[in-house]
Amino acid sequence: MTAHVIAGQVADAQPGEAFIFWLLAVVSVCAALGMIFMRRAVHSALLLAVVMLSLAALYAVQDAPFLAFVQVIVYTGAVLMLFLFVLMLVGVSSTDSLVETIRGQRLWGAVAALGFLVLLAAGFGNAALGDSAGLKQANAEGNVIGLARLLFTQYVFAFEVTSALLITAALGAMVLAHRERTTPKPTQKDLSVKRFKSAAHPGPLPGPGTYARHNAVDMPALLPDGTPSELSVNPVIAARADTASRHTDLYGESEGDAVTADVAAVQAATGRAEGADAEGRAVVRSTGISEGEAER
Amino acid sequence: MSPGHYLALSAILFTIGGLGVLVRRNAIVVFMCVELMLNATNLAFVTFARMHGKLDGQIIAFFVMVVAAAEVVVGLAIIMTIFRTRRSSSVDDANLLKY
Repeated sequence: MTAHVIAGQVADAQPGEAFIFWLLAVVSVCAALGMIFMRRAVHSALLLAVVMLSLAALYAVQDAPFLAFVQVIVYTGAVLMLFLFVLMLVGVSSTDSLVETIRGQRLWGAVAALGFLVLLAAGFGNAALGDSAGLKQANAEGNVIGLARLLFTQYVFAFEVTSALLITAALGAMVLAHRERTTPKPTQKDLSVKRFKSAAHPGPLPGPGTYARHNAVDMPALLPDGTPSELSVNPVIAARADTASRHTDLYGESEGDAVTADVAAVQAATGRAEGADAEGRAVVRSTGISEGEAER
Repeated sequence: MSPGHYLALSAILFTIGGLGVLVRRNAIVVFMCVELMLNATNLAFVTFARMHGKLDGQIIAFFVMVVAAAEVVVGLAIIMTIFRTRRSSSVDDANLLKY
């Protein structure tokens, strides 16, 4: 009997198991504690990923390679992504309030957790935990084949019921996430009728003005009588800036004044090229090159 | 490593998950703690499978994973629905589920 147990232990031992176990145990417990005590929900989710990956490694050490991969793919991949997705929908910055609604909730929660841990430890301590028999024999054909042999013979009914559960879950998620439309969706005709009834501006609004020396969207377009149209710029921009007065150089004064103003603006911005205004204007007048080049 | 080590780790992780469920208020974090508890039981199942030299424990862990995945989908949909009506994901605000 002892010989058998020792043989089992020897056959069961994994190379470097103690090192991997202690490393991952410390990492996973620290990450789990951090998950509880982090205030930001996103940090909790990332620490949960650490716990799940360490557990996957522990499964792999314990001769369960299939479960290790399923753990990484299903838990760390799908479930945690779902968590993060919902977190983003709810709002990343959502943090717990530190006000206790129940007096002494944290204290009594910690006491209850400690008591439960003691209870579990006593249970495990009293249980006759023999040495592990090892899965070398069960995994003789390979872990996946061994699992499939069990899953499709002894547990085939539970497997079929699982499919019903998954379909029910998918339907439930669809029903819960569905938002009922309270009013009928407006058609294109409805929208058109509404636009003409409002009598504000049924057609498309005029575009902003684009000119030789101004090509920004905050320049209003000029109407045929020369007045700027406030409708042509974004209402937000029109509310922030006096867009109408920007056209003074275009319709109120002469082109020479506009050039002077531009040169002054450039001088104010660069702080050099004094005296360029007269020469620049002379060049413009004599050769007729464009204002943009004269400004340079 | 004896199975006792793995079972102790499993018990500690399960307890931490339970503590999180008791202490935290954000419904999503509470849900994550439930997931941690399920993972801890999976570790115990895998350890038992190795201890007994049979693969049944791994099959049970596999089923636990399937049920947990289905539970996450429905639970997060419920959290989303509550958030949509109450603009809050705190479990304190959902004390009147009827309305």
